[in-house]
Amino acid sequence: MTTSSESNALSLTLDVNGKACEATVEPRTTLADCLRNELHLTGTHLGCEHGVCGACTVLVDGRTARSCLMLAAQAEGCRVTTIEGLSGEGELEPLQQAFWDRHGLQCGFCTPGVLMTLTELLRDEPNANEDAIRLALSGHLCRCTGYQNIVAAALSAVECIRRRP
Amino acid sequence: MHSTAAVSEPPPRQIGARARRIEDPRLLRGRGRFVADVELPGLLHGAFVRSPHAHALVRTIDVDDALRTPGVVAVLTARDLARTLTTLRMPLGFPTSALPPDITPFVLAPEEVCFVGEAVALVIATSRYTAEDGAAAVFVDYEPLPAVADCRDALEPTSPKVRREAADNVLTKFNLSYGDCADAFRHAAHVFREELHQHRGGAHPIEGRGIVANFDAQADALSVWSSTQMSHELQFTIAEMLGLSEQSVHVVAPDVGGGFGAKYLVYPEEVAIAAASRLLGRPVKWIEDRAEHFVSAIQERDQYWDVEIAADAQGRILGVRGRMIHDQGAYTPQGINCAYNAATAVTGPYVVPNYELDVFVAQTNKVFTIPVRGAGYPEGTFTMERLLDRVAHELQLDRALVRERNLVPASAMPYVKPLRNRAGHPITLDSGDYLACQQKVLEVIDYAGFAARQRRAREEGRHIGLGFAHAVKGTGRGPFESANVKIGPSGRITVSTGAMAMGQGLATALAQIAAEALGTDIDAIDVVSGDTAAISMGIGGFASRQTVTAGSSVLLAAREVNEKARKVAAQMLEVSVDDLVVRDGRVEVRGVPQMSVPLTRIARLLRGIAGYDLPKGVGAGLEATVFWEPEAMAYANAFHACEVEVDPATGGVTLLRYVAMQDSGTLVNPSIVEGQVHGGIVHGIGNALFEYMRYDDDAQPISTTFADYLLPTSTEIPHLEVLFMESPSATNPLGVKGVGEVGTIPVTSAVASAVDDALRDYGVRIAAVPIDPVRLVELIDRGDRRRSPAQTAR
Ligand code: FES
Ligand code: FES
Repeated sequence: MTTSSESNALSLTLDVNGKACEATVEPRTTLADCLRNELHLTGTHLGCEHGVCGACTVLVDGRTARSCLMLAAQAEGCRVTTIEGLSGEGELEPLQQAFWDRHGLQCGFCTPGVLMTLTELLRDEPNANEDAIRLALSGHLCRCTGYQNIVAAALSAVECIRRRP
Repeated sequence: MHSTAAVSEPPPRQIGARARRIEDPRLLRGRGRFVADVELPGLLHGAFVRSPHAHALVRTIDVDDALRTPGVVAVLTARDLARTLTTLRMPLGFPTSALPPDITPFVLAPEEVCFVGEAVALVIATSRYTAEDGAAAVFVDYEPLPAVADCRDALEPTSPKVRREAADNVLTKFNLSYGDCADAFRHAAHVFREELHQHRGGAHPIEGRGIVANFDAQADALSVWSSTQMSHELQFTIAEMLGLSEQSVHVVAPDVGGGFGAKYLVYPEEVAIAAASRLLGRPVKWIEDRAEHFVSAIQERDQYWDVEIAADAQGRILGVRGRMIHDQGAYTPQGINCAYNAATAVTGPYVVPNYELDVFVAQTNKVFTIPVRGAGYPEGTFTMERLLDRVAHELQLDRALVRERNLVPASAMPYVKPLRNRAGHPITLDSGDYLACQQKVLEVIDYAGFAARQRRAREEGRHIGLGFAHAVKGTGRGPFESANVKIGPSGRITVSTGAMAMGQGLATALAQIAAEALGTDIDAIDVVSGDTAAISMGIGGFASRQTVTAGSSVLLAAREVNEKARKVAAQMLEVSVDDLVVRDGRVEVRGVPQMSVPLTRIARLLRGIAGYDLPKGVGAGLEATVFWEPEAMAYANAFHACEVEVDPATGGVTLLRYVAMQDSGTLVNPSIVEGQVHGGIVHGIGNALFEYMRYDDDAQPISTTFADYLLPTSTEIPHLEVLFMESPSATNPLGVKGVGEVGTIPVTSAVASAVDDALRDYGVRIAAVPIDPVRLVELIDRGDRRRSPAQTAR
């Protein structure tokens, strides 16, 4: 990180979705705002900006983090994964596919954050059951789905991953 | 022979299919485009300066420090906006002559603020961060005035006034009545009285409000992107208030991250941002943060009911009467539909021979109310269902039996109620079998075996209870919804509508309807909604209306297009129109698929070739526009039952089981409908157990984060068992009834009934929602004191 004395701006190099990205931001810039406004990765959404709704969830070094509660500068030297990094333009990941198949989203605003949390869960607990899934989801607010089809989608992704060769 | 038979099979039905949504792949890749994602060159950002007082005079606004803040471009107050607006006051939505003048909010408050969160100034800067710096540096000198927090106090003659300009705090009062309540109550075997409270909560879509406005001075035109449930109304309002023609204002609703009522309003902020863009000649963006949503987006449901029911010895309703006070908040942006709906929803699915309700719409120094998912129906339903539980309790009758004795029977459909809806039409329950819904759900949840289960649980020291409730909801409100269906020379089919997508799956549902009428698959169809350039008029997304109204328009328009295509093909193939079918992008002779014309060719012909005649008798364009007008509303109904466990020591309520039956007529896409019902139920669970928008006695909001105001999360919600009955509605050509709000309506009633049941030993009777643990423990303690010590198990 370099600090330009005049404007107090920071020049950061972030590793986002496997790519090195340059951004110049004020020190107070949150990771979420940096991703959205500087790197134009607008798939990360902001629902509360106070750390409760989970819409802004990304992976930082493989662990979920609320990008509204983290400064962009804190992410330097870390691997950041956002929704855009899940499948890129390729085929949908099993989890995304399951959300499509099981109607796991309605407005889709909470969905990116939910997918990041479930990505972490299914990686760490490939046999997660409904309770584990609900617990992982309890850090997310969704006003549309009542969570039911999110849970159903996650369970079907577990199933699909299990059956994968 | 074999192959002919195969191709002659009718195309698969689209209506009723569990089609995967066409909206989803983009959203799943993070490639949605919500209003916050709209970027424009030279974009500026707005932040509002909002009142910290519930009621105050604005003496002076000092903007000097703000203007010196790095990045700040302008600070606008009411005086500045007045230069560019035809009026500083928002127009009244749903106007009625019954309301006094000067009741709508201001774009920015010029001299008096009447609720915490009311905007007095708008700071425009180069980034959201600097705009907020600027907002913090605006110094407003307020002179605090007494504020009114409680709508009951507001009606007291000694109450301070909510707004100085109003004669008093009563916005309006009205009386709804039929029959002869006085007589019915005089002769009734039983009369019971209940005082009930429904608490106000917020809509809280996870995406807040937001708008981007870009004024092009050269063209004298404004482009707007807004997270709205009403694009056309926003277009017309901005045009009117900025003194522009409608043609010069283009509104697009990009992906909308949920609405639930909060976005069915043209807000002061939207007009302020449009005005700012015009004044500065630059694009301006404002994205609401959650803190703002808590104080300045609409809320609903604060109502106090004082009601009586008269019943005969068998628990048959003879009459319901009483009075209700509705908290309107500080201004009235959109009529009194919440209060009116609540008052007319009370009798719901029941036969109520006599009814009389006095309604007082009271103003308070809180943010204004308009419908949140349910729109008054949950309140009216809560009143009726609580009264019926009371009757059952007092007469020692089974709660299910009391309902059974009072439901409108299926044989009486269509059943005309002696009440009128907002549009002045008699409320006519068009179809459905309410008792069958009740019986099915009670069977699934094993109501018959519950008493034994409950006894066993008690022996283990657990308090479980079962509760249930009915709901009916008028859906598909008019006056119309628009649809244009067009097949282009490329063969793509475009459906354009004034209906609004807010996440419900509208595009998929409309695509299914068009696909069915045009013998194709939904992949062939694009749906454009919320774009005022795509169609000239639209009413938008409220009152669970869009599948009914826009769906019917799409169906009729697509059928017209089908007919047009067949007429042209008939001329080309020299066969009769009746022998032709449209399928898979072609018009073919029934049973002779090799005789066919591609739709692309017909579309090209109907687009016209300069100097040549069009095919005869069909007119230009392979397209049709329909503004279908419902003559009556389609009444959807639901019956919900739930099992709860209450911990008397903590007041914690756990939902063990939830079974819901909904009759929304024909289901266009059962998966989407189920999803809507799930969301609706969980919204209702929020209202029943969690969502408490707290204000102190000075009308200061004190639950302004998601840590204080609790939305339901995944761990509090059991697996929801959703069942459907499909009684097609004759009110529209699809046979559908609305869905979105219906799931919310009976939830508070069902949960309250279950909690009563679980705590029968303590004599607890729930009269207010949400049922928060603190209040519940108070009720339990009160019950404890009434019980003899020997009975007290705690
Ligand atoms: S926006 Fe970060 S948790 Fe809500
Ligand atoms: S899908 Fe809309 S908030 Fe979750």
